[in-house]
Amino acid sequence: MTSILLALVIGAAFGAVLDRVGASNPTIINKMLNLTDLSLAKAILLAIGTGSVLMFGGQMLGLVDVGHMSVKTAYVGVFIGGLLLGAGWAIAGYCPGTGVVAAASGRKDALFFIAGGLLGAAAYMVTYPSWKASGLLDKIAGGKVTLGTIPGAKYEGLTALPGDILGIVLGLAFIAVAFALPERLVGQPAQAQPAE
Amino acid sequence: MPLNWKTGGLLLGLVFFAAVLLVKPIGVSTQFVILDGIIADAVNPELVTQTDEGYTSTNAYLAKSGGKYAKSVANPLNYSFVFVIAMMIGGFVSAMARGGIPREDRSVPALWRANFGGSPAKRYAAAFLGGFIVLYGARLAGGCTSGHMMSGMMQTALSGYIFAAGAFLAAIPVSMMMFKKEA
Repeated sequence: MTSILLALVIGAAFGAVLDRVGASNPTIINKMLNLTDLSLAKAILLAIGTGSVLMFGGQMLGLVDVGHMSVKTAYVGVFIGGLLLGAGWAIAGYCPGTGVVAAASGRKDALFFIAGGLLGAAAYMVTYPSWKASGLLDKIAGGKVTLGTIPGAKYEGLTALPGDILGIVLGLAFIAVAFALPERLVGQPAQAQPAE
Repeated sequence: MPLNWKTGGLLLGLVFFAAVLLVKPIGVSTQFVILDGIIADAVNPELVTQTDEGYTSTNAYLAKSGGKYAKSVANPLNYSFVFVIAMMIGGFVSAMARGGIPREDRSVPALWRANFGGSPAKRYAAAFLGGFIVLYGARLAGGCTSGHMMSGMMQTALSGYIFAAGAFLAAIPVSMMMFKKEA
């Protein structure tokens, strides 16, 4: 029951924040992906960095349970699936989480995204044996690995570097990139940027 | 107007941290499979069955990893499925609190309208096609933008970096080709 309550609280917070950062607005997604407005990219980088620093910092202080980590397997299909997801993300302007939030916020096109998504997931369920047989789902580089070796984690490290310190360093790097990235990479700004 | 990126990014980071502090990293795309399973199992109750050790399915994907997806299909009131329902509640309340989505944006978003016109049918077709590709790709990859990219890179998972490389390598050129006019 506690876990259901946590699902309600954290899930609702996640949905609300996705709405407020504009991640469930296809216009904002595609302005990021066509590199004309990188505000959302900066927010995402800052979020990954903040999450990383807090999680690994918390682990080092003994406040965060290392056992809560869940690292996914690396295999060639992760890259191919990433390419597919990226293409569809640009076409629709939604990814799975933001599509669900967009539909709930009143966007009708997101309902079509979800319908397509349910069919796409079903198509994968049916074709899964062929992917499995192809070997493209076989783990590479050790499978469930992190970049460094995290003390107390059940996952192996790609390198022997201390994984918690590396996590904090990379987290800070994500935050630095978030601040360094210009608002816009392509084309001319419509008007002069106000000084901050 | 969306929050500025510093406030938005910080809040988003805090949510991802809260999830891993209290339960486990955030992920969404698996729940499309679970909902498919729930629907299919309602039509054909033979799909998911209980065994001595837990649950299994006649579908190899639902049966994999000791039937963990089959178990979720049989018990929809689990953390991850309720999490996605709660995301919808949070998204709805947040959108209503800021006055809702502008009427013309509800069927055809502004940037799409600037590039492809105001036909809802065309937009719906693209959203449907995009949804198919996104979820097929997410299941092949074993996760989506939330699970692989955000949760994965936050944990320094190699798979998260591989996924993000693939996603942006495709998303940026496709978006640049499709959306040349600005809204």
